[in-house]
Amino acid sequence: MITTAPRRLHPADLARTASVGLRTRRTRAALSALGIAIGVAAMVAVLGLSASSQAGLLAEIDKLGTNLLTVTPGQTMMGGDATLPLDAPAMIARIGPVETVQHTGKTKSNAYRSPYIPSFNTNALTVRAASLDLPAAVRTSLAQGGYLNAATAGRPVAVLGSAAASRLGIARIHPGMRIWVGGMWFYVAGILNPATLTPEIDSSVLVGYPAARKYLHFDGHPSMVYVRAQTDQVEAVYKVLAATANPQNAGEVSVSRPSAALVARAAAQSALSGLFLGLGAVALLVGGIGVANTMVISVLERRSEIGLRRSLGATKGHIRLQFLSEAILLAALGGAAGVAMGVIATAIYANVKEWATVVPPLAWGGGLGAAVAIGAVAGLLPALRAARMQPTEALRTV
Amino acid sequence: MTGARVEMRAAGDRHTGEPVLRLDEVTKIYPGATPVVALDKASFTIRQGELVAIVGPSGSGKSTLLQVMGTLDRPTSGTVRIVGEDVATMSDRALAGLRATRIGFVFQQFFLAEHATALENVADGLLYSGARNGARVAAAATALGRVGLGHRLDHRPSQLSGGERQRVAIARALVGNPAIVLADEPTGNLDSVSGTAIFTLLTELNTEGATIIMITHDRELAARLPRRIEVLDGRIVADVTVPERPLPVEPQRPSPFEPQRPLPVERRLP
Ligand SMILES: Nc1ncnc2c1ncn2[C@@H]1O[C@H](COP(=O)(O)OP(=O)(O)OP(=O)(O)O)[C@@H](O)[C@H]1O
Ligand SMILES: [Mg+2]
Repeated sequence: MITTAPRRLHPADLARTASVGLRTRRTRAALSALGIAIGVAAMVAVLGLSASSQAGLLAEIDKLGTNLLTVTPGQTMMGGDATLPLDAPAMIARIGPVETVQHTGKTKSNAYRSPYIPSFNTNALTVRAASLDLPAAVRTSLAQGGYLNAATAGRPVAVLGSAAASRLGIARIHPGMRIWVGGMWFYVAGILNPATLTPEIDSSVLVGYPAARKYLHFDGHPSMVYVRAQTDQVEAVYKVLAATANPQNAGEVSVSRPSAALVARAAAQSALSGLFLGLGAVALLVGGIGVANTMVISVLERRSEIGLRRSLGATKGHIRLQFLSEAILLAALGGAAGVAMGVIATAIYANVKEWATVVPPLAWGGGLGAAVAIGAVAGLLPALRAARMQPTEALRTV
Repeated sequence: MTGARVEMRAAGDRHTGEPVLRLDEVTKIYPGATPVVALDKASFTIRQGELVAIVGPSGSGKSTLLQVMGTLDRPTSGTVRIVGEDVATMSDRALAGLRATRIGFVFQQFFLAEHATALENVADGLLYSGARNGARVAAAATALGRVGLGHRLDHRPSQLSGGERQRVAIARALVGNPAIVLADEPTGNLDSVSGTAIFTLLTELNTEGATIIMITHDRELAARLPRRIEVLDGRIVADVTVPERPLPVEPQRPSPFEPQRPLPVERRLP
């Protein structure tokens, strides 16, 4: 009859009692929260940076277009090198959703800066016959000069891929500049910018098909066909390309989608960040130990407060909850600061790299969640110890 | 229950009040290499509205007795009954509830929170009672006014004198209008003027109906109380009641505190 059941504290009162330790010992609270903050910041920054770089790469790939397909000759049944039929580009162009077909054909010639360069010094350059709208199809452009046209395609005129130009030691072109290709001079008409989707073009010296036939003993068979399909039909086009390019021997044709390889590389890059993520987790764990340490000291120092609260009617549950909440609050504040630090670091780096800032919800939500969980674990033992303390034992200080 | 409490508080004759606290052969032994018998078969009854002094030399077991009476500690043997209920049969939660609403402590060392104001310290006396913050603060302001600290609400303990701190501690014990007030050396650290003021305050609260048990070293002070329990080596060696003599609190002398108002009844807890 005389007993009154203990009441649960109002949330505002709980928040006030849970923050007593933080308010009265600010420096210590800040330092132990800092450990958590650094751990969370590391994790958020690592996840944010890899997501942002991935987003940057994907945006770049998107700009290059994911609808490019390439057709190359594979192997014959006997294991030799296959060739594509002469009319393969024309056949492919007849597929409905195909927008553009461009192609190159590999010649057996080599290119040199001058006739005096030893012939084994090929610089790993390939001389290719190229169709006339190739740069647009692979989304590159001219860094200098002009591309091949109907008039120059039949003359000894070459256009250099970006890597080819630098390997030949050509930084700037001027009228009348020549290179030594297949035993004769070719005029250099232009230099291309890098073609990210199709790196083989970068290391090529491009000449017109008629010129290649006339001067370089080229047989006219295309060795690489670049196909732009309607974006929503890429899969369908992909399926029929081999049979269309070489109806007799579809098995000797290999088809690929260069953007897919880049996307896969973007994904693989994020796997590298696992190591840093692990380091962040270790920092977080160390931060958690810091919080546990702070709480253990706090409970010892505040014995008289505990005793007083018990004499004022706090149950063991009230005391337990107070100290557990304090640990969680401490860790959550650290976690929030860490998320802010991680996001700022990501934003700064992404800005420098001109990527969009992407912080996945998993990163900041997970960081905050991990901080709270660590706080709860770190605070559990001290809280239990505080609650177990006998009121008289707690009051016997001073 | 509420009705019963009102009746208890209004009790005029302190010797016919209900027994609020009853000890039967209470023994408390502190275990250890050499166990200390801090209480040895202590038995007495304290009724509603009594004003009792517990006296005895240092180390005689007074504080232990107070803690056992206040349910902060359980006796090794014997029974403690509060308003007829055996404390041993009550759970930790139930005892906490009892302390939250029915028992007020004044500790010798005050135990005030340094970071909080006098008002907040006193309001925290009701923290675990279930009262809302607004009601707690209002009751705390009233209680501080009652102990003459109405002008020190926003002062921190470090900005208060020893006597003022002691009065804050007393206000905190009283703010919930508890049935029993247990005070451990409430005048111990104070000079005689402050000590007398505290003593006067406690006797006045008693006149208004609170049961007050105070430990004191001061035999002169104890002699002025209607009942005196003497403790020696954990045993009750004397229990002296002076029923006839009125309280010699020099009634003509004005109180050193502000004009007093009676404790408002609506201050009681839900
Ligand atoms: N937690 C404890 N463990 C062991 N012995 C204790 C404990 N608390 C008190 N004692 C012993 O019990 C006896 C009574 O102590 P108590 O504090 O009740 O004395 P007291 O009468 O309040 O003394 P004082 O007037 O000095 O405050 C003392 O001998 C003391 O040493
Ligand atoms: Mg004592």
